[in-house]
Amino acid sequence: MSDLLNLLIGLAMGLNLVALGTSRLPSLIRVAAVQGMVLGTMPLVMEWDELRVLVLVVAAATVAMKGLVIPALLRRAMRTANIDRDLYPLIGFVPSLLLGAAGMIGAVGLARRLPLLPEHHESLLVAGALASVLTGLLLLIGRSKAISQVCGYLILENGIYLFGLLLIHSTPLLVEGGILLDLTVAVFVTGIIVDRIQRAFDSLDTRKLTVLRE
Amino acid sequence: MTSILELLVRLAVWLLLAPLLPGVINKVKAWVAGRRGPPVLQLYYDLARLWRKGVVVSTLASPGFIAGPAIAWVAVLAAALLLPLGPLGAALSFRGDVILLVYLLALARFCTAWAALETGSAFEGMGAAREVSYAVLAEAAVITAVLTLSMQSGSLVLSVMLTPSAGPGAVLLAVGLFTVLLAENCRVPFDDPNTHLELTMIHEVMVLDHSGPPLAAVLHGAAMKLLLFSILLVQAVLPVGELAPVTAAGTLIAAVLVVTVAVGMVESLLARAAFRRVPLLLTTAFLLCVFALLVAWKGGAA
Repeated sequence: MSDLLNLLIGLAMGLNLVALGTSRLPSLIRVAAVQGMVLGTMPLVMEWDELRVLVLVVAAATVAMKGLVIPALLRRAMRTANIDRDLYPLIGFVPSLLLGAAGMIGAVGLARRLPLLPEHHESLLVAGALASVLTGLLLLIGRSKAISQVCGYLILENGIYLFGLLLIHSTPLLVEGGILLDLTVAVFVTGIIVDRIQRAFDSLDTRKLTVLRE
Repeated sequence: MTSILELLVRLAVWLLLAPLLPGVINKVKAWVAGRRGPPVLQLYYDLARLWRKGVVVSTLASPGFIAGPAIAWVAVLAAALLLPLGPLGAALSFRGDVILLVYLLALARFCTAWAALETGSAFEGMGAAREVSYAVLAEAAVITAVLTLSMQSGSLVLSVMLTPSAGPGAVLLAVGLFTVLLAENCRVPFDDPNTHLELTMIHEVMVLDHSGPPLAAVLHGAAMKLLLFSILLVQAVLPVGELAPVTAAGTLIAAVLVVTVAVGMVESLLARAAFRRVPLLLTTAFLLCVFALLVAWKGGAA
């Protein structure tokens, strides 16, 4: 079971690199969606032996929200704001890919040194969580469009979700559900804001949003 | 006596079978596009025709114009002899031969680029610059793949390194090496071997001014390099060296054919990448090999 879990985490870590290397906005959204779905199935894999209804509901809700609802909202925002689909990175694709890979290797190394519970020693959960948080940060810093920054934020949240899976036995999954709801609302609001920014500034470049005006 | 005979047979196999691969690739491309396509043996006819023709040499060119392709051809052939063929082993094998293999290929590339510069034409210089700048990135990936294999087998001898299968990192290594194969042999998405538009081509532009036997050497050397990389890829991933000779030969031939067809399919289904995307692709190949290395390292520790 932990082999399958590690495979899924490895897949999520690979998707991190794809997200850093991609140059198109739609494919970035797709990568964030697929990663969310992969993560959504993880509680099922972890709790397979004694499946509770709540786990099932949360997993289904995560897959539906992260895989379908949020990407649909982002795509709608992208369409209505009518933005250019190429990403113009502040940190180039090759440097961000190399940084992401270095961060991933560092995360695996760090996770081995952390004093974890014995049952988490073999798992890649902590490494995957750290790597996703780093990837999210890189995307937030290194991409200038508001929507790509939302994708970075989603990947960062995926990392935090992975951390949360460590505590799957002690935190109520209801908390996860609450976070999911917050996230959806945040993306929904961002979708509206993106449209407003586009109308006010004729651009979604966040570098232009530094000056206050009436 | 038998060893000399064996060496001659090996040479004959490498020299005679190599031009089949581009023929198979072209057949696959024609099949996907719904054409009949040139015969599989087309490159043999081309080589025979080129061999009978004379050479046109620019007044600017030094003897390096002829020597470059010749040295490159010999270097690729020498590299081919270092590569083991399944359970038969290599014609020549010693500690560290894998590094010689990598640098013989680099020598071949240097000589092709040198001969291209000899013509004094700006186009050839442009092609040489592109070829060499891609090679820098591709070489990093090859060296990492070699490190992975030597980490797994704890050896620096090619015939030992390539005998076992690549273990858990095999998929990563296979994809990484396949990308390197495409880049090193100037196939789509890195270069289009069919294009004759000077601004977009890499390898073809370097050999534009070659004619007659030197061009035949360049073409044959390129075919041998393709065969060499396919065999390297197959043996890095599959444990061909552990099989009985007959099954090993069958597996090797089948797997090389699969690689060739895959190259043809990639060429039919993908467009070539824009120039600024190529370093990204090669970096991806490098990273895949790095992760294969990490898996090998971690697997060795556990």
